[in-house]
Amino acid sequence: MKPHKFDYVRPTRLEEALDILSSRKDDVRIIAGGLSLVAMMNFRLVEPAVLMDIVHIESLGYIKAGEQAIEVGAITQQARLLAWDRLPALSPLLAKGMPHIGHFQTRSRGTVGGSIAHSDPSSELPLCLAVLDGSVTLASTRGTRNVKAEDFQVGLMTTDKQADEMVTAVHFPVARPGTGYAFDEVTMRHGDLAICAIAVAATKDRIRMGVGGVADKPTVREWPALSGKDLDEALNEFAWDLHGMDDVHATAQYRRQLVRKLGRKVILEAQQCCK
Amino acid sequence: MLQIKSDERKAITFTLNGQKVTGFAEPRMLLTDFLREQLGLTEIHVGCEHGVCGACTIRIDGKVARGCLTFAAQIDGAEVLTVKSLSEDGELSELQKAFRKHHALQCGYCTPGILMSTSAFLEINPNPTEEEIRLMLSGHICRCTGYVGMVHAVQEVVEIKRKNGNKPAA
Repeated sequence: MKPHKFDYVRPTRLEEALDILSSRKDDVRIIAGGLSLVAMMNFRLVEPAVLMDIVHIESLGYIKAGEQAIEVGAITQQARLLAWDRLPALSPLLAKGMPHIGHFQTRSRGTVGGSIAHSDPSSELPLCLAVLDGSVTLASTRGTRNVKAEDFQVGLMTTDKQADEMVTAVHFPVARPGTGYAFDEVTMRHGDLAICAIAVAATKDRIRMGVGGVADKPTVREWPALSGKDLDEALNEFAWDLHGMDDVHATAQYRRQLVRKLGRKVILEAQQCCK
Repeated sequence: MLQIKSDERKAITFTLNGQKVTGFAEPRMLLTDFLREQLGLTEIHVGCEHGVCGACTIRIDGKVARGCLTFAAQIDGAEVLTVKSLSEDGELSELQKAFRKHHALQCGYCTPGILMSTSAFLEINPNPTEEEIRLMLSGHICRCTGYVGMVHAVQEVVEIKRKNGNKPAA
């Protein structure tokens, strides 16, 4: 329950951080809040040679409301985004989903960029980002690039981020008029990893639903505004297509049932909100 | 740029409950071990060591933090508050008195962490509902009390603060 040894480095400027990544590449793990990473280091599931602490790069801590999207700097704490007074209006989905992230005690230091980069399949922020069709900015000494959420997370805690790159910002598209948003999840206890998390954006004639905690990454599907039996059938098909597996928390069958039942409930809630 | 090699023990200087202190740590040393073993702070209780139980909860630069998910090196230059920051001149704070009155602790192992999060929580949300109090407490594990005493203690403090708030300043 103690981590393996590593070198600690704490840059204060982005350029310094990118130089370190460029020279040490695979040896480096980036730490911000450390809420997920240090637990994994304590279990020795992760043994980096270099731990680069980026929370002193102050230029990465910001929230910017653009016309199209809310841009959040990588080291912005989840608590700060959740407490932002414009969040409920600009992104009702984040306002509904983020209280499910861990606890009051972990959101205080857990960061938005950290959660996206860690890309746990049960995490709320990657799921919201996928449903909102947002994007991630990656920087390296080679330059910066913007990657859409669906291309960023490729699997279980695996992303398109290259070894010399780091996440510098996350872009959450702002709520569109006429679209309703809803979020809910089932956990053993509040704050635990989701057995099944559902996020929905619905308009009068479209349903866009994302599922977390079942497949190896957040998975999104879009339908026309189905209802009744048609919706049940679509949800059933989606539930099977996710290929959820049995684990210590729940059976695959239970997960499929959650996709059907919780999915329907969250879709109806989102549709209520768009009226 | 602060850099510490893996085998190097470096002086870590920070503010502990308002006083400047220095200790020595290699990068892999967890903050909990650093505070408890190196600096002798027995109020740091180590439970699960992976951020779940909340016993080691302290405040770093004002923010509630899990000590076991933090490395000593990370707090170089920071301000750290432990449960000892709550009492003044040996007198317990309102929250601590209420915990005592309502039997919000039995063995006391989880208590320092819970007091630290609760005091921070009340700064952000001075007038919480019972549900909000319970959600906040869900970030801690207590196997003795069943949490009911804690909820009552927090509610009493909220009530006292509300009443005092209505009085004109002395």
